[in-house]
Amino acid sequence: MASTIRVRAIASGDVVDFKALLRHPMDSGFVKDSDGKIIPPHYIEIVTVKMGEKTVFTANWGPAVSKDPYLEFKFKGAKKGDAVAVSWIDNKGESDSTTAKIM
Amino acid sequence: MINYDRRSLLKQMLGGSVALVAVSGGFLALPAWAAPTESEWPKEAFSKKKMDEAIETLYGQKPTESDKISLDVPTIAQNGAVVPVTVESTLEKVTSIALFVAKNPFALTASFDIPDGTMPFVSNRLKMAETSDVSALVMADGKLYSTSKNVKVTVGGCGG
Repeated sequence: MASTIRVRAIASGDVVDFKALLRHPMDSGFVKDSDGKIIPPHYIEIVTVKMGEKTVFTANWGPAVSKDPYLEFKFKGAKKGDAVAVSWIDNKGESDSTTAKIM
Repeated sequence: MINYDRRSLLKQMLGGSVALVAVSGGFLALPAWAAPTESEWPKEAFSKKKMDEAIETLYGQKPTESDKISLDVPTIAQNGAVVPVTVESTLEKVTSIALFVAKNPFALTASFDIPDGTMPFVSNRLKMAETSDVSALVMADGKLYSTSKNVKVTVGGCGG
């Protein structure tokens, strides 16, 4: 299955600009389907970004984060060619991970 | 009658199975620490309807207004389901940033842990149920700060 995580991490000077686009319905539990039944909440709860053993960012999300969530943050201490590991887990316990090279 | 060339068919199968091993080997090699655990998710804070209760639950402090937080949001959001929000701060020793939408069913939308070496900056997209203040809360050196902006929402983001 193709990864649900697309990463674009670019080093500029000593700062890495990390951008990711995740594929996830982020159902809030407030929306009804065409039969009038509530679509149950299904959303990413935690996104973790690591460089080796070090966590460089953690996002705690709720159902109000938009569908197919976008995330951007910036960090120091890495350079072009280094690898970042990104993973998420949702409220149903589903998860996905990927690694990407800093460009 | 299709005449399979037996040799090329075996070659293809072999190639396919080598690829499969490589892919599954890749999955096996993904270290366990890469997956987050749910125990750290701030469940209680996310379950509070009112913003001041959610802030108190998440941070245990009341914030002070700060002009050292820049909150970039549209003045008018055409689509309440996708409202871009960017927060940046010049405060020192930032350890956490959180985004609240006061009029959402649950005020807390997202919180971010900022470890040492990570800049006090985050960009995200949120759902807004209706026109509301959007607040950015920043924990810097153990003290909580905030800033807010009003965002007009033309089409509500809760899909109802």
